Amino acid sequence: MKLLYFAWVKEKTGTSNEDFTLPDGVATVAQLIDVLKERSSGYSEAFSDHSVLRCAVNQEYVTLEHPVSGDDEIAFFPPVTGG
Amino acid sequence: MIRVQFEDFDLGNELAQMTRDNHAIGGLCSFVGLVRDMAGGDDISAMTLEHYPGMTEKALSEIEAEALERWPLDGTLIIHRYGRLEPGDQIVLVAAASAHREAAFEACHFLIDWLKTKAPFWKLEDTPDGGKWVDARDSDDAATSRWDKKQPAAE
Repeated sequence: MKLLYFAWVKEKTGTSNEDFTLPDGVATVAQLIDVLKERSSGYSEAFSDHSVLRCAVNQEYVTLEHPVSGDDEIAFFPPVTGG
Repeated sequence: MIRVQFEDFDLGNELAQMTRDNHAIGGLCSFVGLVRDMAGGDDISAMTLEHYPGMTEKALSEIEAEALERWPLDGTLIIHRYGRLEPGDQIVLVAAASAHREAAFEACHFLIDWLKTKAPFWKLEDTPDGGKWVDARDSDDAATSRWDKKQPAAE
């Protein structure tokens, strides 16, 4: 799968995008977040507060309960502030 | 039409193109968003807009399609810039054309309200204390929900 990060989520993870192999047993966005949080202190900080985290799977907004699969494009970012 | 671009836009030219070949249009309403030099008490020297290429265009197209479904429009335009902008610079243009003013006003208002909470853009402000990511505002959510479709009354 492809993971993308924007705004301060990108600054905390230290990368804007990466290829990632979906681990066995990870079925939802929330479970993916739990795995990503373990990778480093930066990732842990980026994913610590779900209330300020938004997610898109294949460029559609989803909730953290949304299912994920190995060929998804998954993006994490703060609430949007355009306009 | 939607455009996501770094380049500035010419308001007069853009609006003229919307109406040039359609003389059934009786009203054209536009909104332009600008970079301010103050935000929350901080002096802002510049603002950098980041976005999610691909999803941005998809989200803006969906917002435009929703407006075209809700109002009898003869044209809509959304231009949103990204990259580094300075106070006074234009950020966004939304416009809606219709036979009559009411649909043009309402659709224009709808376009900017929905865009602010649905299009994947993020603003980084340069302040004297360094870069600050702009927080989403509850008032923007309230402005968006004003356009929620009313549920049919229960029988």
